[in-house]
This record gives sequence, C-alpha cells and structure tokens, in this order.
Amino acid sequence: MTLLKISKVSKAFGPVSVLHGVDMSVDRGEVVGLVGDNGAGKSTLMKIVTGMYTADAGEITLDGQNILDDNPGERRRMGIEMIYQDLALARQQDVSANIFLGREPQRKVLGMNFVDRATMRREAQAMIDRLGARLPAINRPVGSFSGGQQQSVAIARALTFDPKLVIMDEPTAALAVREVQGVLDLIRQLKSEGIGVILISHRLNDVLSVTDRIVVLNHGRAAANLTTTETNMTEVVSAIVGSADMDHAAAHEARG
Amino acid sequence: MTQSESGPAKPGTSLWARVQSSAIEQLHIRLESLIVLLVLGAIMSVLSPYFLSVSNFMNIFLATATIGVLAIAATFILGSGGLDLSLGSVMGFAGVVGAWVAVTAGLPTGIAVVATIGAGALAGFVNGIIITRAFVPAFIVTLGMLGIARGLALVINNGAAIYGLPPAMVYLGQGRPMGIPMPVIIFIGTAIVMHILLAYTRYGRHTLAIGDSENAARTAGINVSRLRLSLYTLSGALAGLAGLIFATRVNAGDPTAGLTYELTAITAAIIGGTNLFGGRASILGTMIGALIMGVLQNGLNLLAVQSYYQQMAIGAVLILAVFIDQWQVRKESRV
Repeated sequence: MTLLKISKVSKAFGPVSVLHGVDMSVDRGEVVGLVGDNGAGKSTLMKIVTGMYTADAGEITLDGQNILDDNPGERRRMGIEMIYQDLALARQQDVSANIFLGREPQRKVLGMNFVDRATMRREAQAMIDRLGARLPAINRPVGSFSGGQQQSVAIARALTFDPKLVIMDEPTAALAVREVQGVLDLIRQLKSEGIGVILISHRLNDVLSVTDRIVVLNHGRAAANLTTTETNMTEVVSAIVGSADMDHAAAHEARG
Repeated sequence: MTQSESGPAKPGTSLWARVQSSAIEQLHIRLESLIVLLVLGAIMSVLSPYFLSVSNFMNIFLATATIGVLAIAATFILGSGGLDLSLGSVMGFAGVVGAWVAVTAGLPTGIAVVATIGAGALAGFVNGIIITRAFVPAFIVTLGMLGIARGLALVINNGAAIYGLPPAMVYLGQGRPMGIPMPVIIFIGTAIVMHILLAYTRYGRHTLAIGDSENAARTAGINVSRLRLSLYTLSGALAGLAGLIFATRVNAGDPTAGLTYELTAITAAIIGGTNLFGGRASILGTMIGALIMGVLQNGLNLLAVQSYYQQMAIGAVLILAVFIDQWQVRKESRV
C-alpha cells in the first residue's frame, strides 16, 4: 500500500536546476534507500517532502492526500519525520525540550495554557529508555552530549509522535561500528511496525543490508529504481556514477 | 545504542555544581549573579549607614523600574538571538506621544496610556517587519530606529518637553498605594507576567529555541519569522511601558528621556545570565542583573562618588559578567 508518492517533482535554485521531474514512492513498512553522488539532489528532494523547501512543479501525496500546500509543522503532524544530518537540535535546551520542540504538551491553569514540564520529562525519559539509549541526564543541555548521544535525542524526537514516515539523512555517517548496528536494527524495527523509512546514505553496505528498494538519483533524475534482493553493489554503483569507469569504483566499494 | 556512563549523579559532581544546576533548572538563574548581588549589598551596607533601610531599598527599586522594564524586553530579544538597540529611543518617543495625546490633544488618560504603549509597539512592529520581511540585520534596523525614534520624539514638540500631565496619569508615576511607589508595582507585575510567559509557555520556549538554533526551530515546524515579528513588537510595547513610567514619574514627556538606556538594559540582561547570542534567558536572572546595577548606582550615590565613575563601574561590570559567563560555558564544554 503506497504511503508516500512523489510525482514529477522539479526544483531549481535560481538558474541552477537541481531536480528534474523525480518520481519515487514508499509503501507502509518499506525501507527505501536513496543514494547518489554529492549534489545529486537527495537532500533537496527530502527537504521538499518535509516542507522546508517548496517544489517548483510536481505532486507529493501522503496516504493519497496532497501535502505540498502544508507547512513543515502540519506535515510533522501528518506523520512525516526527518532526522537531519546535522541533527537540527537546539544545543542549549535539554533533552525533553528538544524532543517536544514545537509540540509541547500543555495544561490549562486559570484558562491559560502552560507547558506541562512534568509530562514532557516523563515521556522523554520513557522514549529514551525504549530506544535503549544511555544519556548522562535528561535535564542537561544536549550540546554537552557526545555525537552518538545527540543522535539518540534526534531519533527520539522523530519517533515520539507515532510517525508514518521517517526520513534519515546519513544517520550512520558519524557513528562508531557498534552504533551503526544499533541504527540498522532500529530501521528494521520501524519496518516491522509498518512505518515507512527513507534512508539516505553514502555507505552502500548499510543500504544494501537494510533496504527493500534502492532509488538512485543522478543529476536530479531518478536514474534507477532497484529491488535490493535482485541487485548488487556493481549495479548500484554504476547507476550512481552513470559512466563506463564503474568497474573500478564498484571494486573499491565492494572492498570497503 | 550509545555508550558512556548512565545515571544522573556522576560521582565527581560537587555540591556547588548540583546546587548551581538545580538553581538553573528551578529558578532559571545563575547562582553567581545572586551572590554578586548579596556581596555587593553587604559591601554597601558596611560602607554606608544609610544603605540598609526599607526606604532606601524602595529607592533602589524605584530607580531600577524603568531600566528593569527595558531589561525585560532586552531579555526576550537577546534570548531569541536578536538585538534591539532602539529600546531607549523608543521609550523616549513613546513618552512624548503619551504626553502629546494627554496634554496637547487633551484626550482622557486611558487613551493616553494606550497611545504611549501603542507607539512603542508600533515602533517595534516596524523593526520586526523590516528584520523578518526585508532580511536587514537586526543590528542595523534597530540602530536606524534608534535615530528615527529619537528624531520623532524631538519633532513632535520641536524638541521641547511637554509638561503638565493630568493627575490620573501622574498617579502612575508618583502614586504610592500602601506606601509602595506605582512604578515599582508596575515593574514587579510586568516581571512576574513576563517570567511566566518566558519560562512556562510555548511562546517563551519557542523564543529560546529560535535563539538557540533557528534551523532546529524551523524543522520543528515553528513559524520563525512570525515569532520574531511578535517579539520585536513586544519589545517595543515594553519600551512604551518604560516610557509611560518615566514620563508620569517626572510629569513630562521629555524627548531626551531614555538616552543610552538600551545599553544599561542589555547589560542588566547579560549580568542576569542571558546569553548574548541567544538560547538562554531568564526574567528572574535579569531582575537580579537590574538590581545589581541599581545597588551599584545607589551605593555609589550614597558614597557621593561622581557619576562619571559610576559609568565606568557599569562598563566594567558588563565586561566582567560576560567574562564569567564565557568562562563557565568553556568549563562546561570541556567534558
């Protein structure tokens, strides 16, 4: 069942055309890898999905409903979450403030709305525990945490509000080997819960091991749409590089 | 999924660090500034026999009221990662508008009060529109408004002050219900409301979030430019309120009122622990910062120190406060 459908999306920044009529879709419980060279348009396409950028042309639907007119906040409420490569955390705020940023639970006192900090702290702790993440303290500014711990906070923020679709931009790029396995396990868990996942990564081994399908972007076009079980490193690399000298590149990737 | 130790209380955590962090969490103030205030008060009471008295404390609060309200505005703006250099000029402009409406136009006090605060809010709104829609840096826009508002204040009555406010209006500046000066009541009341707004509402939390990381706030779905616009309007309205306090206390709309007050207000906010670059701010901290400035000025007055030296002392305190803050931040990030 199609969850997200991207049809003929185009985008230009001034004279620079970044996306040319890209098509892509994600089903419920499907993990789709989005790969391509730097500048291929991966992040731009995903920022159009989350509403950070507007599309020049094309259509995007979530559960059959057009979402291009909704702002980023509305799209989060509809269930689209993204974990950004830079994590997009407010470093001086604590864990619960980051997890609930923009969606703070409120309680009425004398007819006025106040942020319910006790609930925030309790639910943030529950989410961190569920992820099995170990943080020094939930009331500390996240800027004082290590990279992996900060990533746990960013992931917790994306998963707290029952998302339908989670987009991960290079979630494993800055992680240690054991932490990478943790992220890959998490992706498999999301899949089993029926959540759609888009994984942007340069680490093709990770992509091949965890995805159901792989979409390759090349110069702003969807150059290939491969089923993971029927493809291999060479095919993916050749689609990314898009030229004849791919044997060398593929051999290099396979070694890594 | 991540390594490193767990549990909230690390073995090496000192009592001081724990008290400090709970003070920040519960009261949103840095303990250092409170200690500085107490030490300063102790020194002054040793040096001057007149310092420790209820009437002198009332004087300190009265002298701090105008700067304090401006400092509250500065706290919100700095906390959001912005800057408002026009606070003092807008305060002067608003005071003249209020006096003009009440005296020259002869309208009722209620309308004059609304016009005073409204004039400030309008100036702040113009700041906000230019900053968020035309993308001119806040430093430049509010520096420009510093000149424009001061010029307007002078233009309204050809540079002369407007005297003779109606008694009901003067009461706001000179009245003493239950022996407490009205400016002090307005100041404390404003501080309480603004503290609740900043610390316990979505509005306040989002204000600090955009000051911390505009990108994080935007990805969280916060409408950053609308929030900024409302913050500059709020800042202008508070400057208008400060103008109202000042004009009614001296019983005149003085076009030179509030000259360089923005610097004192920003200093008070920073001494109180507001991060100059946004993301961290508290009204209680700012109140302590404003009182430190008030005690310093009051004590130096009691000791008959020339006002030139007072300016030097305030400048030195500003640099010292930012130094201590940066030192703390560096110490914390060296984990």
